[in-house]
Formats: sequence, structure tokens, C-alpha cells
Amino acid sequence: MTKRLLTAALLLSVSVIPAFAAKTSLVVGMPIEPPGLDPTVAAPVAIREVTLANLYEGLVRIDRNGKVQPLLAKSWEVSPDGLTYTFRLQDGVKFHDGTAFDSADVKFAFDRARDPKSTNAQKQIFAPIDTIETPDPATVVIKLKNPSGNFLTYLGWGDAVIVAPETAASNAANPVGTGPFKFKSWTRGDRVELTKNPDYWQKDKVKLDTVTFRFISDAQAQVAALRAGDVDAFPNLGAPELFAEFQKDSRFKAVAGNTEGETVAGMNNAKKPFDDVRVRRALMHAIDRKTLIEGAYSGFGTPIGSFFSPNHPAYVDMTGAVPYDVEKAKALLKEAGHGNGLSITIKAPQMAYASRSAELISAMLAEVGVELKIVPTEFPAKWIEEVFKNKDYDVTIVSHTEPLDIDIFARDSYYFNYKNDTFKQLIADAAKTTDEKARFEKYAQAQKILAEDVPALFLFQLPKLGVWNAKVKGLWENSPIPVNDVTEVSWTE
Amino acid sequence: MAGTSPAMTERLHWVDHPLTALLPTRERGTGQPELMLRLILSRLISLVVTLLFVSLAIFLILEVLPGDPAAIMLGTAAREDTLAALRQELGLDRPALLRYLQWIGGILQGDLGTSITYKMPVSTLVAERMNVTLPLSLLAILISTALALPLGVAAAARRDGPVDRAVLVFSQLGVAVPNFWIGLLFILFFSTWLGWFPAGGFPGWNAGIGPALQALLLPAVALALPQAAVLTRVTRSATLEVIGADFVRTARAKGVDKGSTLRRHVVPNALIPVTTILGLQLSFFFGGAILVENVFNLPGLGRLAYQALNQRDLVVIKDIVLIFSGLVIVVNFIVDVGYAILDPRLRSRA
Repeated sequence: MTKRLLTAALLLSVSVIPAFAAKTSLVVGMPIEPPGLDPTVAAPVAIREVTLANLYEGLVRIDRNGKVQPLLAKSWEVSPDGLTYTFRLQDGVKFHDGTAFDSADVKFAFDRARDPKSTNAQKQIFAPIDTIETPDPATVVIKLKNPSGNFLTYLGWGDAVIVAPETAASNAANPVGTGPFKFKSWTRGDRVELTKNPDYWQKDKVKLDTVTFRFISDAQAQVAALRAGDVDAFPNLGAPELFAEFQKDSRFKAVAGNTEGETVAGMNNAKKPFDDVRVRRALMHAIDRKTLIEGAYSGFGTPIGSFFSPNHPAYVDMTGAVPYDVEKAKALLKEAGHGNGLSITIKAPQMAYASRSAELISAMLAEVGVELKIVPTEFPAKWIEEVFKNKDYDVTIVSHTEPLDIDIFARDSYYFNYKNDTFKQLIADAAKTTDEKARFEKYAQAQKILAEDVPALFLFQLPKLGVWNAKVKGLWENSPIPVNDVTEVSWTE
Repeated sequence: MAGTSPAMTERLHWVDHPLTALLPTRERGTGQPELMLRLILSRLISLVVTLLFVSLAIFLILEVLPGDPAAIMLGTAAREDTLAALRQELGLDRPALLRYLQWIGGILQGDLGTSITYKMPVSTLVAERMNVTLPLSLLAILISTALALPLGVAAAARRDGPVDRAVLVFSQLGVAVPNFWIGLLFILFFSTWLGWFPAGGFPGWNAGIGPALQALLLPAVALALPQAAVLTRVTRSATLEVIGADFVRTARAKGVDKGSTLRRHVVPNALIPVTTILGLQLSFFFGGAILVENVFNLPGLGRLAYQALNQRDLVVIKDIVLIFSGLVIVVNFIVDVGYAILDPRLRSRA
């Protein structure tokens, strides 16, 4: 009894709630903690979701519609041959440590990224660079070896942010950039805290004083944190089955947008029977994407028929190319010599969307006489080893979250084992085409080829289930690149 | 009646005390300081030997475990030369034996190495996390003991009475319900519904003792309840066993009242098996912390271990497993010393 009284006393003494002032602080929840705060040395999306646009800035930025906008470069010119980019830089920009930003920093950042010893996860975006010249502190001239149609887009990615020579080496633990917020603290395992940068070059835009990123991996705990008000926004909620409840709750705004994650069931195209396009098409015909999305993601997520994000302006809806048609699937399998059935395996990672999809696909394929055995495969460690590196698999399922990554089907060593020279040529041409319209036309053709050749079963775009306090304004509904840009986020009260 | 098996309590009974059994026969009955010294010495040697075996085992397991930390860090778009550069930076290209020796050599010099993912000293990481896991476990032990001892003794004092029956229900439920589920219910009730506690997370000790304890209390109770249930049962059956002993009957026959008999004769004797179980439970508290820390989103050692395993942060995993093993061994040692303190017969033998 004494113990209970003690407990009660303890409860009373600690549950004092601080009084509310006008809100200029924001707590953003994320499912995964970044393993460092330097997006130029490692791949994880979580690094970009904390740091990009908030701590670090690139020459350009990708806006909420996926368009390239000026940032540290206020303007640029591209030579008619597409080989020379001349950037004019913003004046009066300072790094968080007080040093001035100029063209030498740009040269340093890009040279560091393309150095042989660099561990930049997207090194190929710097591969076309021939020379970087700095005629004056406010001008950078980059000469390319060959035209790179997406070069400007790439410069808006986290891998290409501008870092200073004095601080680059320690950025993973103590990030220093030019962004609207400065790094304050990192309680590992729990939160990263940022404070407003008083010297920011466009500080009139910034409304928040502090931004806290909290890391909550358990989906139930995410929901609890939102409901208890511990977290103001969860841009990417992990609990699709509870999302609809937030949509009904007027205290919250709940928006189902798109990520850059194409969820596909990749097939080993070099292995029998997947070397036969009839088999691949048959499997695609057997899949009812609507039911799949319903079961795997509570109905949120855009069906896709090829490998391109619906966020991108060059996106073409190809879901009609090989539609759900059980009879056609059976006929094609028979024609390919598998009329008596087929037995294959799928290596499915533990993520809920992947393992649930695998079960549904297995049930759908059973309808056309294909037995699909599910082999649980831990992601990322085991999956990267077995599927990605050793290509030891029949079918697998994973969401590809890099933006603009259709070219993975043109890479010889990629885990799909897919070889299509026409497609490869088209992707190579597109990469060299600087004219946007012509490039998008090529991407449209490429999407069509994939849709009809089915090197992977194209399923759905991973949704971005954003939930935030209804009084918070300015968060992104879609994520054309992985980022939680809070520069212009504010509270309405 | 449920309880620990007769065989178990028999073995732990004072007549055949485990501590005396540990020592060579001729050493029994030597003076306490020498006895303690020998005990500490033998335990220290076994600690070092066990840790060496554990270190070798964990190293070998991680060697055969699939997963390349460099590939996980750099993702699926990385080029082969980039991967090679990172492997070299992390020292993963060195031979296995060399890596093992470097690890052990580092530890002997007090250097736990640098985390692959966080790029910071593991000792710093572990120290940060210990600030959560250690208080959490200690709080849970306190709660568990404070609940179990009075309940168990009260239940035994009036066997089959209403208190006994209530305790039985509590212990049945406590054993059956896993701690992470209790945790989820607590969050629903106390955080989402009543709003008394944060729904998880840890503000850090810098935020003050109040908020920090507030964040730790629910998880500690969730961690404590299942263990409290086990401990209650053990306390109850140990107490019952002593109540039935001849010396208790003698004491009662001499006219000692029931309360004094219980306090002065029964409980001190019953505490010995209870201490054994408590010692065993400590390792469960550390293990259970992994689950509870995940549910309550506490940045403790358990979460760090879980995260490190996912990321194949080999350096961190190896160190944490070693630390957990060391903790369990140290705790068992403390329990052994605890016997000597609880059992006056051992002290007076000189």
C-alpha cells in the first residue's frame, strides 16, 4: 500500500504540463534514425530526411512538385552542346560556423565527392564531370565529358550538397551547412534537435525556431506519439491500417501522397523460366494490383505498370499494358510449356508491405497454377547478400526508393539480370539529351518497353502516408526526393 | 498448488547450501574474509575465461552471418569501387584473425572501437545508452521486489486465504502476459487516454530527474510485472516450506507469536531461494529491456543492439554482447556474495 501511495505521489509530482506559448517549435517523427548526418558519404534515406534543405543546401533544390529551382546558385547557363554549366552563386551566404560560402566550396564539395577514396553513394552522378573552374568567388564553371540530361536534377540530391573544407570530415557527427537550421544536438536513439540559423541568407522565409526529429520505429508507438501530442507530424507513418482513423479526426491532417518508391517483384531474367517473356507476362496478367494494394497497404498506393514515379513529369500510366487477366495468364503459361503448373520461390523481406504483398501474390499466382513459395529474407543484410549481390533467387520483392532510377534496368550487373539492348540504348540517349521535352519523350518510350517486356512485376508506388497536426502548414504531401524540408513550415495559430 | 518444484527448493535449502558446495570440502568453515577473497578470485577468473569464449563465439557467428556493412551503408546504387573504398576505410578487408586480435587488443587497452554506422566511439555510445538501460533495469528490479516479497509472504502466511487466492490470480496473469503487450496497454491507457505520461521516448537526464523518471516509470512497471509474478510464486513457496520446518514449530511451541516467527525465523530463511531467482531474473531484465525499449522507444542498450544488428554494425554488436555477458556474470557473482550476507550461519562459521 505504501508503495502504491509512493507511486501516486511520484505521478503527481512529475505530470506537471508546461504552459503553451505561441508555437515556433516542431517535432517531426521518423521511423528510422539516420546512421550519421552527412548525406554525401552514405545512402540511407533517413540521413536526407533530416539534413537535406534543413541543414545543407545544394546549388539547386528540388521543390515539392519535383521541379528544379535555384538555391545556392541563383542562376545558371548551359552551353548549346550541353557540356558547359555556368553557375552564378548567391551572395552573402555563410556556413553555420561563420565562414563565407563561395565558389571554392562548390569545387571542394564536388571534388571530394568524385575522389577515388570518396564513399559517396551516388558517385555516378559526378562521373560526367571533366573540370570544375572557379573564375571568381561567385561563379562556378563545370565542364562535362559528355552531356548529362539530368545533371541539374542530380545537383538537387542530398549526395550533392555543398560542404566546407574546414568541416566536411566531421559532418557525420557535427553537421555544418548553409541551411536555414543549425545542428544543436543528437541524443542517439531518440532525437536530433535543430535551431534556427540567425544568419540564414533568406531568413524571412523561416518561421520555426526549433525543429526536433524524433525516431520511433514501432508503428503502434508512432500512432501513440501523434495522439498523445508528443510528435506534431509524421510525414511517413508506418501504420497504414490506422491511417484512415487519422483522416476522420479533425485534429489531424492526413494525406496519402506518393514516394519515389516503386514496389516491384523483380525476377531473375537470366534464369529459367523467367528468361521467357511469355512466363513473365503471364505472371503479370495474374496479378490484380487493386486487391494487392488493398491487402498490402490498406488501399493506399498508386498502381504502376512500369518503373517510373507518378511524381515525375515524364510519368506515363502503363497499368493497362499487361492488365489483370487470369485466362490470358493461363493461356500464356500453357503456350510456354508450363500448362501443368510451375513451382517457384519468392525471397521476401520482413517489411510489412513486402511480406504482405508476397502472400497476396502467392495466392494470386495459385489461381493460374503457379506455386509460389515464400522464403523470408532479412532486409537489408541478407537480401543485399543473396539477392542483390549473388543473384541467388527466382522472384523477390522490394521498393526502389531512389528518384529517377529507371536506368537500373539498363545496368548489366543489376540483380534483375535483365538484358535489352534497345532499352539500354534508349536510356543512354536519354541521359545525354539536354532538351527536356526530347528527354521526357525517351523516358516515355523506355517506360513502355519495360511495361511490355515485364522484367519485374510492376505493382504499386509506395505511398507517403503523412499525418500532422491540422494547425501545421507547409509540409510536403508527396516526396519527389527523400527530404523533410521544413524551411517554410509554420503553425497557423 | 502451483509454485517452484519441490526439487528446486530442496536443492537450495540451507542444509545443502550452494556456496559451501562450491568450495573444496576442507575449506568449509574457514574464516569469512579468506572465504570471500577466494570466492571473488575464482569468480574473476571465470569472468575472464567466459568473456574470452563469448568474444570468440560472437566473432565467429558474425563472420558467417550474411551481410556486408559497406553494402548496407551505401545502398543499391553504389559502385563497386566505392564499396571497396568504404571496406578499406572500415578495415573490413583485413584477415579475420587480425581483426579478432585487434578487437581484443583494443578492449584490453580500454578501446571498444568505433561504430561503423554512427562513426563515433562505441564507449561513448554505450555510456549514453547505459544511462537509460541501467536505471530502467534497476527501477524494474525495485518494483518487482517491492511487489513480490510482501505479496509472497502474505500469501504464504494465510495459505488458501483470500490474499493467497488474489496473489495466485496476479501471478498467473503476470506469467502469462508478455511485457511488451503490457507496455502497449500502458501506453494506450496512461499516455493516449489519460495523458499522464509521454507515449515513449526519453528526454535525457539533462531535462531533470522528474521528466526522466516519468519516461522510465511505465516501461519499468511493464518490465517488472512478469518478473514480479514469478518472484511472488517463489517467495510464497519458499516461505511455505520454511513455515513447515521443525524449528518454526519449535519456535511457536516456545511461545513466540506468529508475527515474530514470520519476521525473525521464516522470512530470513526463505530469502535464500528468492535471491537465487532474483539473480537469474536480472539477465531477464536486460533481455526484456530490448523489447520494452522498442515499445517505449527508449534509447537504451537494447535498442542499440537491435539497431546495430539490422545495420550489421559489427563493432557495436560485438561489444554489446560482450557487455551483456559481463553484466550477467557480475550479477551472478553479486548474488553469490549476497548469500553470505543473508545467511548468518556462513558468517559465524569461523
